[in-house]
Amino acid sequence: MAEPILKVENLKKYFPIKRGFIDTIKGAPQKKVHAVDGISFEIYKQQVFALVGESGCGKSTTGKLIVKLLEPTDGKIYLEGKDVTYIKTKEEILDYRRHVQMIFQDPFSSMNPRFRIFDILEEPLLIHGIGETKAEREELIYKALEMVKITPPEDYVGRFPHMLSGGQRQRVAIARALILNPTFIVADEPVSMLDVSIRAEILELMKELKEKMGVTYLYITHDMSTARYFADWMAVMYLGRIVEMGPVEKVIDNPLHPYTRALLAAVPEPKPERRNVIKELPIKGEVPNAVDIPPGCRFHPRCIYAQKGLCDAKHPQLVEYEHNHFAECHLVGKY
Amino acid sequence: MVKNVLEVKDLKMYYFTNKGVVKAVDNITFNLKKGEVLGLAGESGCGKSSLGFTLMGMPTPPGKIVSGSIKIDGREIVGLPEDVLRKEVRWQKISMIFQGAMNALNPVYTVGYQMTEPLMLHKGMSKEEAIDRAQKYLELVGLDPEIVYRYPHELSGGMKQRVIIATALLLEPDVVIADEPTTALDVVVQAQIINLLKKLKKELGLSMIFITHDLSILAEISDRVAIMYAGKIVEIGDSEKIYYEPAHPYTQKLLSAIPRLHEDIERLEFIPGQPPNLINPPKGCRFNPRCPYVMQVCKEQEPELKEVDKDHYAACWLL
Ligand SMILES: Nc1ncnc2c1ncn2[C@@H]1O[C@H](COP(=O)(O)OP(=O)(O)O)[C@@H](O)[C@H]1O
Ligand SMILES: Nc1ncnc2c1ncn2[C@@H]1O[C@H](COP(=O)(O)OP(=O)(O)O)[C@@H](O)[C@H]1O
Ligand code: SF4
Ligand code: SF4
Ligand SMILES: [Mg+2]
Ligand SMILES: [Mg+2]
Repeated sequence: MAEPILKVENLKKYFPIKRGFIDTIKGAPQKKVHAVDGISFEIYKQQVFALVGESGCGKSTTGKLIVKLLEPTDGKIYLEGKDVTYIKTKEEILDYRRHVQMIFQDPFSSMNPRFRIFDILEEPLLIHGIGETKAEREELIYKALEMVKITPPEDYVGRFPHMLSGGQRQRVAIARALILNPTFIVADEPVSMLDVSIRAEILELMKELKEKMGVTYLYITHDMSTARYFADWMAVMYLGRIVEMGPVEKVIDNPLHPYTRALLAAVPEPKPERRNVIKELPIKGEVPNAVDIPPGCRFHPRCIYAQKGLCDAKHPQLVEYEHNHFAECHLVGKY
Repeated sequence: MVKNVLEVKDLKMYYFTNKGVVKAVDNITFNLKKGEVLGLAGESGCGKSSLGFTLMGMPTPPGKIVSGSIKIDGREIVGLPEDVLRKEVRWQKISMIFQGAMNALNPVYTVGYQMTEPLMLHKGMSKEEAIDRAQKYLELVGLDPEIVYRYPHELSGGMKQRVIIATALLLEPDVVIADEPTTALDVVVQAQIINLLKKLKKELGLSMIFITHDLSILAEISDRVAIMYAGKIVEIGDSEKIYYEPAHPYTQKLLSAIPRLHEDIERLEFIPGQPPNLINPPKGCRFNPRCPYVMQVCKEQEPELKEVDKDHYAACWLL
């Protein structure tokens, strides 16, 4: 089998919490947010790998670790076989960013409001020393805008971000990520703030770019339906761990983990015939904080199948239960 | 026959801004039956929240009701003076769960204080009476009545939204407007809140207008659905009709833009362009610049809502 474009091994990110004065003089232990707590996955060329889960489960932190906006606490990251976990020098990071780019949920806050669209797209070219002359850079900028269907480009390059609609801004953000011709894009909730039609338009665009330009994506979302549509593989995260992983059809049509089942049961569908039925949601309580992680299976306080003495004591491992379909639960097939 | 708790006729509410007149609610007509949930959908900026505020008799400045009628339980409220609206109508005849209200709870006051202060101030209740009532409704929405003594930061997002729902119910209004009540919530909490609203509908016979841009969530609760585009209702009918036999091209396109959880879709459809500016909306059918079926007549004359099927109306020259 081909080598993965991106491989992540036992990746961890803990954020220390500031201690109060009293805790410090009492010598209370330093507490940490276990934002990402030992996750591993591989993404192959031209695949879309979705990371799904409720807010706070560690999706964005994972994305930031991969684009090297954050340093991992532990674990490894490989890009096309090369260990990039601890690259540090300015040159190394710069070179890495040419290959790995990120798109954010809110394109507005990721753009300098005083920059015109031209400047926004020229900036990465200047940083990376691409295009010797203004004319060369202009050509690349026009090409990138055409690629994301902001046409004719000459009508848009002089505008400021606030003069564009939400969908147009997200397309400019995609153009900015694409202009360096990256191999890998981390897209963090890129359509979550958009209306349904614009959402469809942006998803279509990202899909087309995958096919035309061979881009590989990590698609971060809380929305299972868009993951089904856009992604090939998906991993479900809960409190910093991947609890289930596999091809999207397998995970959605035959979920193995109780948490995945609960998430799927909660997804609204445009089918009005069940409007008077109270939905069964096979889950208890609410997401605990990521500081005091429950012992054993970290989902056990909310799991309706949890077994005393097992689930609250022993940490389950991510096991391949059927070909390519993994889950982290003691009772797969038995609950 | 079930009676109408709300009758809206030819309602217009415009914002008189210094850039021009924004026709956000432009000739809206519909009824709401007792015990019914009417879903109101459409892209952002089409006027959903504006309609909600108008029905509460409180259009946001510089908005003004230009014409039309709003009858709640048979009583006309357009033209009533503000003090009458405040004493007799708002919150006790019609109430609203404002978009984002759960994040607007005041951090320095207890839940109980925030729920009861308006009751004591505007409705002349004693403190005991007011607290009693707040606790009764907190229990009804699945919360421990003791949380009247807690502060907002001690509550999760789902709990805060339940507090907001309880507050909207306090004076037993005939109609509740819920504006994007689940939009900022995670999917499990969202489903729990929808379950709660379904329960309230059944147990209290609640009549509700449920506003959201998300047609999937809307289908989970609505008996009837109205689709808005650029300040107008372009289609209205029973949910099954809207979701399975949509008559208006806009509704059809919106529905085919939704990714489905259990279906493999090759290509999603989308509507090119964006909704018009409501200061100078297109002449004729407001959807005409984006419509794949546009004809000459669409650019010249505005289509009226027409009955295409029993209790199912759409405004389009194709019909
Ligand atoms: N810079 C930070 N400092 C401290 N805690 C953080 C920081 N960034 C994220 N966290 C915490 O880490 C956890 C995971 O957050 P995040 O990765 O943003 O989740 P998601 O994107 O899935 O919503 C949360 O508990 C969050 O509060
Ligand atoms: N206070 C206001 N002043 C001027 N224009 C407004 C005001 N509130 C909303 N609008 C405009 O009215 C239209 C409808 O807005 P709104 O009712 O908020 O739509 P929705 O809730 O469907 O997203 C939009 O064009 C919006 O910009
Ligand atoms: S290991 Fe136990 S508690 Fe955890 S998901 Fe499986 S059954 Fe539930
Ligand atoms: S009236 Fe014409 S433009 Fe409007 S929706 Fe119908 S066909 Fe399209
Ligand atoms: Mg995030
Ligand atoms: Mg709104």
